[in-house]
Amino acid sequence: MKKIEAIVKPFKLDDVKEALNEIGIKGMTISEVKGYGRQKGHKEVYRGAEYVVDFIPKAKLEIIVDAAQVDQVVAKIKESAYTGKIGDGKIFVLPIEEVIRVRTGEHGKDAI
Amino acid sequence: MNTGDTAFMLIASALVMLMTPGLALFYGGLVRSKNVLGTIMHSFICLGIVSIIWVVYGYSLAFGPDIGGLTGNLDWMWLKGVGTNVGPYSDTIPDLLFCAFQLMFAILTPALITGGFAERMKFSAFLIFTVLWSSLIYMPICHWVWGGGWLGSLGALDFAGGTVIHINCGFAALAAAIIIGKRKGWGRGESFHPNNLPMTVLGAGILWFGWFGFNAGSALAADGTAALAFFTTQVATGAAALSWIIAEWLLRGKPTTLGAASGAVAGLVAITPAAGFVGPISAVIIGLVAGVLCYLAVLAKSRLGYDDALDVVGIHGIGGIWGALATGLFASIAVNPGGANGLFFGNPHQFVIQATGVGATMAYSFIGSLIILKIIDVAVGLRVTTEEEVQGLDITQHSEIGYSL
Repeated sequence: MKKIEAIVKPFKLDDVKEALNEIGIKGMTISEVKGYGRQKGHKEVYRGAEYVVDFIPKAKLEIIVDAAQVDQVVAKIKESAYTGKIGDGKIFVLPIEEVIRVRTGEHGKDAI
Repeated sequence: MNTGDTAFMLIASALVMLMTPGLALFYGGLVRSKNVLGTIMHSFICLGIVSIIWVVYGYSLAFGPDIGGLTGNLDWMWLKGVGTNVGPYSDTIPDLLFCAFQLMFAILTPALITGGFAERMKFSAFLIFTVLWSSLIYMPICHWVWGGGWLGSLGALDFAGGTVIHINCGFAALAAAIIIGKRKGWGRGESFHPNNLPMTVLGAGILWFGWFGFNAGSALAADGTAALAFFTTQVATGAAALSWIIAEWLLRGKPTTLGAASGAVAGLVAITPAAGFVGPISAVIIGLVAGVLCYLAVLAKSRLGYDDALDVVGIHGIGGIWGALATGLFASIAVNPGGANGLFFGNPHQFVIQATGVGATMAYSFIGSLIILKIIDVAVGLRVTTEEEVQGLDITQHSEIGYSL
């Protein structure tokens, strides 16, 4: 099992969610996060006083999938989050040791 | 007594009252979220403090029987003799109503100053400052212009308080910003971005609305002069909001919402002394200049190095000076026979009188405020500790927070 963490542009979140629904991904966790990479921040100006804001808003998705599905999910996220402009985000793939469903106590793949 | 005038002035007084909570929102949105309540409180509590001063001795000092053109005496302490009959300042409205209308101005002025020392003053020191400043700076200058004092006798035109209120609060705020010092981290890259600009724009809208009471009400009657003041207020303000955003668009690349709100306030300030003395076209010109001039004044602040946190100097000080001088340029007896002609209408002397009023108000307000602030600083300390400043005024001065999300 793998965890896929994707940081994407907030306005692309709906596209990504729909794309993943199409391939049968049944659940995900999302959070509003802030950060920066190569894109750096943006400039805000208040009465002529300029502030550089380093951390800009992003959406983070966390999806747990069977290892066999990883490539397909990553490809879908890549495709649906793509704008071609700097700041499109990143995708991380991490190993998951165990998944437990609280209600039934199921373990492993069945609990995803 | 005239019931029409009385009804109008009751409403105008209520409109001016609303400006102070409007200002509280305008300022409250501009500070960091940890100081939103402390900043709102600075304005709001003036409604309490100054009301009491006004009843006890304030009205008497400002409008009571004259002493040497400089101040009123204390004959009207506790509002002795100020009742529901017509009084010395108007033949058509109750004396007490004139007193109430003027009270609203006296409340607003110290509230305006609070933008200069926002985010760092001790609440106790602020209370002392407001009492002393109202008593020793506002009441005398108000008397000079409107209470039978020397500036009014000289022929200075100040329809609704450009000198008394705006130049006065602007230079008091400059003194305060200098004496209390910069906010921690100001000018060294730390971010001071506003916590709630929608609230600031709402506050500006309330100020604009209330300002119709302020300017049109200064006619003290429901008459043609009130209509003129109402109209010039609207067009000058709209022009200034527009010229401010155009100026920033050209200089910094983007027109901002805060710029539109700030420009509106700059326009309101500038038209205040002129409102009932100039025609509509002159008002548009006064507003257009005010928006650009005040924007440039705000930009100059960081070069000059004083932390006038919410730009009271740039908007009220400079806007007030421009308005007072512009009155000396654009005033015309063709639109108001009770006024005078300005420089552009063949009377350069009026401009000299206006400049005298500007200079005297600036000097008295700035120097007087410096002295008052220095005394309070030595006696009880003006500023919160660095630790309190970092935590914010809301929690350290009032044990509250503005937003719990």
